[in-house]
Amino acid sequence: MSANHAPQTASQRIAWIATIVASTLVFIFLMAPILAIVPLSFSSSTYLTYPLPGLSLRWYEEFLNSARWMNSLKNSFIIGISSAMLSMALGTLASLGLAQWKSKWKPLILAVVLSPMVVPVVITAVGVYFFFAPLGLTGNYLGLILVHTALATPFVVITVSATLQSFDMTLARAAASLGAPPLLTFRKVILPLILPGLASGALFAFATSFDEVVTVLFLAGPEQRTLPREMFSGIRENISPTITAVAVVLTVISVFMLSTLEILRRRNERLKGNVG
Amino acid sequence: MVRKRLLRLLNRTMPMTAAFVAGADVPLKRRLKRAERARQFRALGLVLPLLAFLLFTFVVPLAGMIWKSVDDWEVPQAMPQTVAALEHWNGQGLPDEAAFAALAADVRAAYDAGTLAVAAKRLNYIVNGYRTTLLATGRKLKEQPAPGTAKETLIALNPAWGERESWTAIKSASGPVTSYYLLAAVDLTRNADGAIVHAPADQSIYREVFMRTFEIGFGVTALCLILGFPVAYLLANLPTGRSNLLMIFVLLPFWTSLLVRTCAWIVILQSEGIVNGSLEWLGIIDEPMRLIYNRFGVYMAMTHVLLPFMILPLYSVMRGISPAYMRAAASLGAPPTTAFLRIYLPQTIPGIGAGCLLVFILAIGYYITPALVGGAADQMISSFIAFYTTETVNWGLASALGAVLLLSTLVLALVYGKLALGRQTTGGLKN
Repeated sequence: MSANHAPQTASQRIAWIATIVASTLVFIFLMAPILAIVPLSFSSSTYLTYPLPGLSLRWYEEFLNSARWMNSLKNSFIIGISSAMLSMALGTLASLGLAQWKSKWKPLILAVVLSPMVVPVVITAVGVYFFFAPLGLTGNYLGLILVHTALATPFVVITVSATLQSFDMTLARAAASLGAPPLLTFRKVILPLILPGLASGALFAFATSFDEVVTVLFLAGPEQRTLPREMFSGIRENISPTITAVAVVLTVISVFMLSTLEILRRRNERLKGNVG
Repeated sequence: MVRKRLLRLLNRTMPMTAAFVAGADVPLKRRLKRAERARQFRALGLVLPLLAFLLFTFVVPLAGMIWKSVDDWEVPQAMPQTVAALEHWNGQGLPDEAAFAALAADVRAAYDAGTLAVAAKRLNYIVNGYRTTLLATGRKLKEQPAPGTAKETLIALNPAWGERESWTAIKSASGPVTSYYLLAAVDLTRNADGAIVHAPADQSIYREVFMRTFEIGFGVTALCLILGFPVAYLLANLPTGRSNLLMIFVLLPFWTSLLVRTCAWIVILQSEGIVNGSLEWLGIIDEPMRLIYNRFGVYMAMTHVLLPFMILPLYSVMRGISPAYMRAAASLGAPPTTAFLRIYLPQTIPGIGAGCLLVFILAIGYYITPALVGGAADQMISSFIAFYTTETVNWGLASALGAVLLLSTLVLALVYGKLALGRQTTGGLKN
């Protein structure tokens, strides 16, 4: 869609300028936290104040040399990657099924599948804590991976379902009419085309787990503390500049994930264009 | 590319095609039906693993939490004989000697088994000081084997046993289910006669907490709408290239870790922070203002976190509004304000509804942000749920508060679902 705003009268122009000014202020508000914290992480001072007395990388060094932070980074990746893979497998299968399944129960099933996204995480965390504690699933990785998978799967289902919706099913039918069994059709025709969608789903799932802290507060023992969990205690006690360095590292990871998503989205659109 | 792949497939699967054609003696209609049914079964089979997984990690735990909000197991477990003896007591005067004897036996056994404390804690919710009464009775009963009737012994040990209230408490807590926690979650309780009355003032805090939760939810939703509307409008009306570029300003914070953003707000708003520092430097203020660890900080941080959830649905609805309507209104002589209010705004209502509901649903469940940037008077219901779960281990009350929050959320989510579905079928052109 092209620019559909063409201010004709003076009052319309004023309204348009007001929109631009207001939006600019909101953009500043949205970006302020990131802009404020990045320079502080390079400060040579132990105080989190401007102006910076000098520049240094000491807080990054401290982050890299701290066994506690490194352990939490490792934990975040272990739990994030495991739950992304698990939710990927479960979510993709379910999306494929839901795309073909016709039943009056479908809205109910869909509501159940998507509900972990809606229910406040505290409630999920408390419920899971009550249920997992007697089963010995608290204070270890498995419990955390399971609950993070439950929280992440709705995002996978939404992303993959959207991709499947734009997928031209006649291609699968064409493969079937040529005698390909369903599994072969999936592997050779469907999978290559929906792969970008699957990758976006996996990325969403990883991001969900990577940023999650409430269930970690309830279920993790000292050995399974993730990066956000360490940050939570760090912010509660007192904000040391090391936290700003961690924050910048996390922001860089977010930028990386966001760009990957954008690349995947473009690739997906190109593939669609190729088919059409 | 795709065609080549299909051709390759054809070469590979020729024999299978032949086999398929060979089964042609069954009528086509029935074969089609059978194939369709098989397909449906297969589809269901693909969904089942996820459903089973969610049953174990989500549905059953939530159901378990709701059950905990009515489950009354402590007293029946520790004092089974007393519960049985009180079954036919009408609640008037004091129970008979058999009940006193049962209580003495139960207390002695439970004291030895170590289960008395749990029951004492449960009864203490009903009558303040019950824990001391029960535990002291347990200790003394162990020391001095009782002469005389159980009734005399117990009342001699603790005069509380001569009061009707002590016995109605046991009767009301004798399970198997109780309305105590759910009533407590909305500041109600039962008196000794079983009638529902207001809870004593020192325990009546939850209505206020729920009101505060909804108030913060409304406030954040309103702020998000006010801030999000112009941004969504701008993004929807700019050329695609430029709006995609500006979208980064919305998506980057959206993807940044919640903890990072909360931490950054503390850095910005604290008394030696950037805002106070610059205002002091400019000479506008002499003393640093208190901007964090209060309601202002909560509104600031939560609005920042939830703003993208308002902008994105608004944007997607506004993108679909054809500029022709506004042009038509203008050509019919409507002044720009009238055209905006009567033509454009009504068409954005689905987006406003979706955005507001989404932000409100997410806001009332918030835990981390208020916990880190709010003061004691800004804690929302989630923080009380967490507190009763991990600090005081009053799981019944935690579950009851959780059940009330869950119910509010699900009702709102249902409305959201209906709205979203309605938009799909009418293509956003309801008005």
